[in-house]
Amino acid sequence: MATRLRETDAVLLGVGLVGSIVGLELVRAGLKIVGLERGEPRHTVPDFQGPHMHDELRYAVRKSLMMDTAKETFTFRNYAGQTALPLRRIEGFLPGTGLGGSAVHWNGQTWRFQDTDFRMRTLTEERYGKGFLPEEATVQDWGVTAADLEPHFDRFEHLFGICGKAGNLNGKKIAGGNVFEDPRSREYPNPPMKEPYGCTLFRKAASELGFHPFPSPSANMSRQYVNPEGLELNTCTFCGYCERFGCEHYAKASPQTTILPVLLKHERFELRTGCQVLRINTKGGVATGVTYADASGREFEQPARLVIVGLYALNNVRMLLLSRIGTPYDPRTGRGVVGKNYAYQTTSNVDVFFDESVHVNPFMRAGANGVVIADFVSDNFDHSKLGFAGGGYIGEVMSHGRPIEHQPAPPGTPKWGSGWKRALVKHYNHTVALNVHASSLAVRANHLDLDPTYRDAWGQPLLRITFEFPENDIRMSAYLTEQARRIGEAMGGRQVAASPRKRPYTTTRYQSTHNTGGAIMGADRATSVVNPWLQSWDVHNVFVIGASAFPQNASYNPTGPVGALAFRAAEAIVGRYLKKPGPLA
Amino acid sequence: MQAAGAGLAVAIPLRRVDAQPPGPQATQDRYEFFSAAEAAFIEAAVARLIPADELGPGAVEAGVPFFIDRQLAGAYGAGARLYRAGPWRQGTPSQGYQLPHTPAELFRAAIRAIEERLKEKSGFRNLSPHDQDGFLDALQNGKVDLGAAGTSEFFDVLLALTMEGYLSDPAYGGNRGMAAWRMIGFPGAYSNYYELVGRNAAFEAAPSSLAEGKHGHGR
Repeated sequence: MATRLRETDAVLLGVGLVGSIVGLELVRAGLKIVGLERGEPRHTVPDFQGPHMHDELRYAVRKSLMMDTAKETFTFRNYAGQTALPLRRIEGFLPGTGLGGSAVHWNGQTWRFQDTDFRMRTLTEERYGKGFLPEEATVQDWGVTAADLEPHFDRFEHLFGICGKAGNLNGKKIAGGNVFEDPRSREYPNPPMKEPYGCTLFRKAASELGFHPFPSPSANMSRQYVNPEGLELNTCTFCGYCERFGCEHYAKASPQTTILPVLLKHERFELRTGCQVLRINTKGGVATGVTYADASGREFEQPARLVIVGLYALNNVRMLLLSRIGTPYDPRTGRGVVGKNYAYQTTSNVDVFFDESVHVNPFMRAGANGVVIADFVSDNFDHSKLGFAGGGYIGEVMSHGRPIEHQPAPPGTPKWGSGWKRALVKHYNHTVALNVHASSLAVRANHLDLDPTYRDAWGQPLLRITFEFPENDIRMSAYLTEQARRIGEAMGGRQVAASPRKRPYTTTRYQSTHNTGGAIMGADRATSVVNPWLQSWDVHNVFVIGASAFPQNASYNPTGPVGALAFRAAEAIVGRYLKKPGPLA
Repeated sequence: MQAAGAGLAVAIPLRRVDAQPPGPQATQDRYEFFSAAEAAFIEAAVARLIPADELGPGAVEAGVPFFIDRQLAGAYGAGARLYRAGPWRQGTPSQGYQLPHTPAELFRAAIRAIEERLKEKSGFRNLSPHDQDGFLDALQNGKVDLGAAGTSEFFDVLLALTMEGYLSDPAYGGNRGMAAWRMIGFPGAYSNYYELVGRNAAFEAAPSSLAEGKHGHGR
């Protein structure tokens, strides 16, 4: 029997990026907030300090900052005819846990999706005709435009101190920036980071081929920065321990460095860690609060008038399914919405092997510094004869040279023995890895639901992932990876090896943490889970915010849009919902 | 606390010579997990996975067997962060590891099965290097049925642990003298390269380890 606690104005499910942003906006609007976080409280000092943070085995390989998969994980299958099995260790993607969530261990790549992403269905059909998208595609518009989100992107970029160079200031194109971006109202708050040598080689080759290279926007600081909350970040030192690690230098934007010091000391905010939310309780179509188990296993009911769901994207979907909010999606009939349009990220790479005169020094890197081209992003190029929709950026964004994980070797190199060792010595410091980071088309078969067999440590069903790369994305990856190979050849390496993405999708090696969809946003309640303000169509006092809202995944990394959506939802709650609680659409 | 400690330091010498009795110094070279027979297999196997040659030390010289031993004796070996609820089914390669064994259990069962299979040849360690490579190759490709210990799962974990021991911080017992890092030019636990970014130049300074208890800085 759960102990019933005193009601609060709002409860946060998860105190990561979304919870921190929305939480601060809501306490400022006068609300009393309880933040429920399943993991540990953790802070730059003492938890992320050197030298112990510079430990590849502990953090990158054993994944100390990630979700404890002994307690909860996901099950996975490639298609509906298979039996999904639990991911007994998670290798393919990295859900974080603990205060700050995945925004602690991220790299810091911070982008704006394009209008061609937000209105993908409409604009693709306008440009290429109604039959262009494959029949299996369940691509939808987001219900928002790039112009709608511009102020929210702007706010998030200034909160996080993003370093970059504008390529489109109020419609004026600026060479050297991302000339394909939609208009931005002002320049990035900080200039681009220093450019590593491999990036210089990429920039030169990409320019010679007629592309438009620019510095990748980064949440690793290029200089000292005081954000709008009055919090100071330091210049990044290029230590090479960024993704999978907490930043010891206050140089990577995270909830800890940009929001939490303000939120945690606010008198109307209470943080409770070690609290596993089991379900959102509803009565008569309205949420009454949540039930959670504390670290000792005792259950509590926390009544609340407003519920903010800001978990890792997959867990947002699971929370709705466990709470029976919204109709679960059925891939056979196409009916239902919760779990629909699950998508991923179609990544691939090209290795450029140089001789010993080129010192790449992959260990002198930051998580998000790099040079990229957007010439093949989204619909920035003519798809009419290509036979696929979507695209991706190509770039030199090497984030580290940690040697257990980073072992560049030409195809055919043995995995062990003297041949492996010779290759490691020869190529470790003389290889530039190019990334292709591409979109993921939503299709009918790929979806999320509750597993019928496997359960978590609290006895609740795990989330089941059903995913295979659609034919569209395999074709896209072949095309994009070939463009990256051309650039690699132009960089002057001794050998260039391209690895386009192939089937089957496998979870045994890291690909990307960018799981998206399943609780998608849209303008039509029949085909989406939340409205354009991230409010549940079914339960008006529940807001579900995160990459779970993306109707399909786009070319760029998702954190920028997640931050922007959090600000958008917060502004709608404070500006409209609190004055007149009820459906916003 | 600090004040009391400081007072104490004035009153008596910080290090009394008789405070540390003579005897065994470190446990680094003593196996905690492996039996003598298991250790003999591991030493022979990792010597083939990463052999010593003119480029640098092999896995044995780097202390990898002791690294693996310590990993298996600790939380990792006991299945930390491993989801261990049934039912147990054989999955596809896309679905990853699906055996009920913890890493410690897997090593114990697999080495027993391997040595049983190679009993007539006096065990893995007495095979010729050529035959050892052939056997490891067959293990890697799932051509050796290890019964309850599966097929290629053990090789995958053995190879991963060997790489980890060879290339991780020496604080964990492998990569002795940071020899593997010196061999490839990885500087280890440095914290600042800001001034060097953008140059096409080799990094020449000695590597830095967590085990040294200091925080390295780039020049």
